[in-house]
Amino acid sequence: MKPEDVRVCVIRIEGTNCEDEMAAAFEMVGAKSEKVHLKQLIGQAPADMRRNLEDYDVLAFPGGFSAGDYVRAGAIFGARIKSAIGSDVKRFVEAGKPVIGICNGFQILVEMGLLPAIDEVMSEQPTAALYNNDSGRFECRPTVLRNDNRGKCIFTSAIPEKALLTIPSAHAEGKLMSMDPDFVQKLEDNDQIAFRYVCPDGSDAVYPWNPNGSPSDIAGICNPAGNVLGMMPHPERVMTRFTHPDWTRGYESEEGDGRIIFESVMKYLSKL
Amino acid sequence: MTSIEIRIELKKGVADPEGKNTKKTLESLGFQGIGDVKSVKVFEVEIDATPEDAIKMAEEMCRKLLANPVIQNYKVAVM
Repeated sequence: MKPEDVRVCVIRIEGTNCEDEMAAAFEMVGAKSEKVHLKQLIGQAPADMRRNLEDYDVLAFPGGFSAGDYVRAGAIFGARIKSAIGSDVKRFVEAGKPVIGICNGFQILVEMGLLPAIDEVMSEQPTAALYNNDSGRFECRPTVLRNDNRGKCIFTSAIPEKALLTIPSAHAEGKLMSMDPDFVQKLEDNDQIAFRYVCPDGSDAVYPWNPNGSPSDIAGICNPAGNVLGMMPHPERVMTRFTHPDWTRGYESEEGDGRIIFESVMKYLSKL
Repeated sequence: MTSIEIRIELKKGVADPEGKNTKKTLESLGFQGIGDVKSVKVFEVEIDATPEDAIKMAEEMCRKLLANPVIQNYKVAVM
């Protein structure tokens, strides 16, 4: 598949607010992206504005405060999409097409049951939660992520193993929780851990480098097949060097650290 | 019409920063003898059904939207 043939659906409802950056990020790596309101996918729009999910190659859930974060962050968007086109989304995932959720998008994927989905494609009820940061505050600052995936996740496929990326975090509910005491081990065994927070020198993260208190410093996870990624930090905000926190202080690359995540998707799709 | 009260509580052991912060502030206002302070969320839902059916429906609402079983418990009662 050629880059210009890749069609990205950046899905939004009221309260999502990172759809412009998400769409721009995919455009910057050569794809064609479109911001699509959920109503356009479920037939509640004029005929010329209606869209079909199956016409797209990538589904992206942007950050923000969908539906005002009412009930729980991501719960309303998750329930709305699941009730209207849940089976379409499930088919999309089963077809191996890439699905990414960033920040509120990650919360939506967890509420929908698409992540962590340890034994299945989409669980009936959420099997994890992204809960309040340990600090009880909204945490907004650069974080350092280490690619801890061993090769399953298509969103890290172009990133050298154990490489560090500086990517900003901005969230109040990012602590990954589960009822299963072996949760982290299962994620590890399944190669579902994509990114961990670390200190800038690469050592195990302590607050504030782990901004939310997630167990095992988990910042992002993928599904067992590796085609659904959810992460709290915002790679779409560091596509160029100018949004890197150290761009005036010795940061040398022309590109921002977030770009390689989007390039990974394109690399994967180029082989199809 | 049956009015149902749905109470969403955090499970035991799940941190409650809102409750903790409220306790601290109440103490700073001079209130003494305060034990635990918990934050809970209550939804009042009017349902056009018999009380038995309304309770069942409200429990389904909790499973499908209002409570995440990882962090929250729910209680449903007729008001």
